[in-house]
Amino acid sequence: MNWPLIIVIAIVVIVILAVILLYNGLVQKRLRVDEALAQIQVQLKRRHDLIPNLVNAVRGYMEFEQKVLTDVTNARASAIAAGAQGPAAQAQAENVLTGALRSLFAVVENYPQLKANENVLSLQEQLTTTENQIGFSRQHYNASVLDYNTSIQTFPAVLIAGILGFVKREFFEAEAEAQTVPTVDLTLGGAAPATGAMPTAAPPVAPPAAPPAPPAAPPAAPPPAADAGASGDPNAGPPAG
Amino acid sequence: MAATFYSQIGANKRNSFLLALVVIVLLGLLGSAIGYAMTGSTAGALAVTIGAVVFGALLSVGSYFAGDQAVLAASQAHRVDAESQPQLFNVVTELSIAAGIPMPAVYLIDDTAPNAFATGRDPAHASIAVTSGLLEKMDREELQGVIGHELSHVRNYDIRYALLVGVLVGSIALLADVFLRYTFWFGGGRRSRDDRGGGGGLQAVIFVVAILLAIVAPIIGRLVQLAVSRQREYLADASSVDLTRNPHGLERALAAIATDQEVLEVASRATQHLYFTNPIKKFEQRSRGLFSTHPPIADRIDRLRKLTGEAPLTPAEEQTLAGLD
Repeated sequence: MNWPLIIVIAIVVIVILAVILLYNGLVQKRLRVDEALAQIQVQLKRRHDLIPNLVNAVRGYMEFEQKVLTDVTNARASAIAAGAQGPAAQAQAENVLTGALRSLFAVVENYPQLKANENVLSLQEQLTTTENQIGFSRQHYNASVLDYNTSIQTFPAVLIAGILGFVKREFFEAEAEAQTVPTVDLTLGGAAPATGAMPTAAPPVAPPAAPPAPPAAPPAAPPPAADAGASGDPNAGPPAG
Repeated sequence: MAATFYSQIGANKRNSFLLALVVIVLLGLLGSAIGYAMTGSTAGALAVTIGAVVFGALLSVGSYFAGDQAVLAASQAHRVDAESQPQLFNVVTELSIAAGIPMPAVYLIDDTAPNAFATGRDPAHASIAVTSGLLEKMDREELQGVIGHELSHVRNYDIRYALLVGVLVGSIALLADVFLRYTFWFGGGRRSRDDRGGGGGLQAVIFVVAILLAIVAPIIGRLVQLAVSRQREYLADASSVDLTRNPHGLERALAAIATDQEVLEVASRATQHLYFTNPIKKFEQRSRGLFSTHPPIADRIDRLRKLTGEAPLTPAEEQTLAGLD
């Protein structure tokens, strides 16, 4: 029995198996990152699809608030168009849309019949959950990127990652504009602004960039209670979420 | 000193692993002692240990595959969908996205006591149940915290983990029970026929050790099992923050549930460990600490406060929570 030869062969086999396992693991993580990215698009499209229903539901009640409705419709169109212009342009357009929606919901506060309308409440819930889902999709994307980047940069996968063509992926980061407080235009229709319509310091649908630090500010994702009548509650945030 | 949920998650996973290791070692010691005491050989020791584990596992197969349905039925939960409970369904959807797991089945329990539980052997076969009391009393942020906690139990495979630990602890109890009966009924110490030289003396000593272990091991095993349960609760809290990035919702939910006096009628000793907070409030008052499946709510809140660097609860605040716990 040629022991040295057998040992060498055993080592080679083990190394090959290890490389195969590592490679498969990295491919799986990379695919998860791709999937998470695609899921963000799904959520954005969902929001685009919900908006016409909302606009139609409120249009009849709000004859004097046409500017707000027009803003929302235009922002939606821009956001859809920006989808083809790359992630940065898209993120910016989507943030504008979020701002327009917030203005719309702030104005809805002034119309009691509208606030109590089943249709509007249901749509409000739909949009709230969609905003959250957009935020969480981006968060999950960042979590997937973190996992993948960590794997390709730590031992032992780091030895083979570069050779086999695995490159670092970028986190989704909030735009500079997203860090500013959105202003809510309440001067339409001459109605007194409802106290519930306070913009918070939280940025609009801008997810946390995922580095492992304690959460610095409440993320935009979890919105307030569905009872939008809770005015002045600092935790409630703008009714539109 | 502020912590991060990453460090809390890491610590919890390490602790539960170490605790499970204690149970494994305990089972190994007990099995070896009994096996050797009864047969005078190490082969016998191994056989007994493995036999106990296999038997215990077989007893748990039913629970593994059908346990979640049994628990849901026992809790009188009925399934809901997006139309009957839009907000609940939406919150579960949102957090499933954040967790990267498939959407679990959503159930509702008609009870005014606020509580929730999750069950299911892996994320693909999971269910979440909440009480109507929870839906009424929580706002959206708090609901997210609670659902995040439950989904984290699913994502961390806590149900499977608990079953595993349960099998080991059950095997310990089974082994100890059988051995003690055997000793009692058959006058103990039937020596192996291959009594080799000094083997007899050692066997007698091991026999005594085995009896002591058989008395003590099940208790230790049970205590460790409860400690594991508490660790996984802390882990689920920290993982919930990982999902929502917002400790305040969960913190408020815990405080609200702690001060709620309602009793959850459908809960029993068998299912109490599954719930978000211990539903059997009187039991928790009688035997806190080591015998509880859930950590004290004040501790859970303090850990969440550490994440944002806030001050922990004052003694007065703790009194309020504990008195009505």
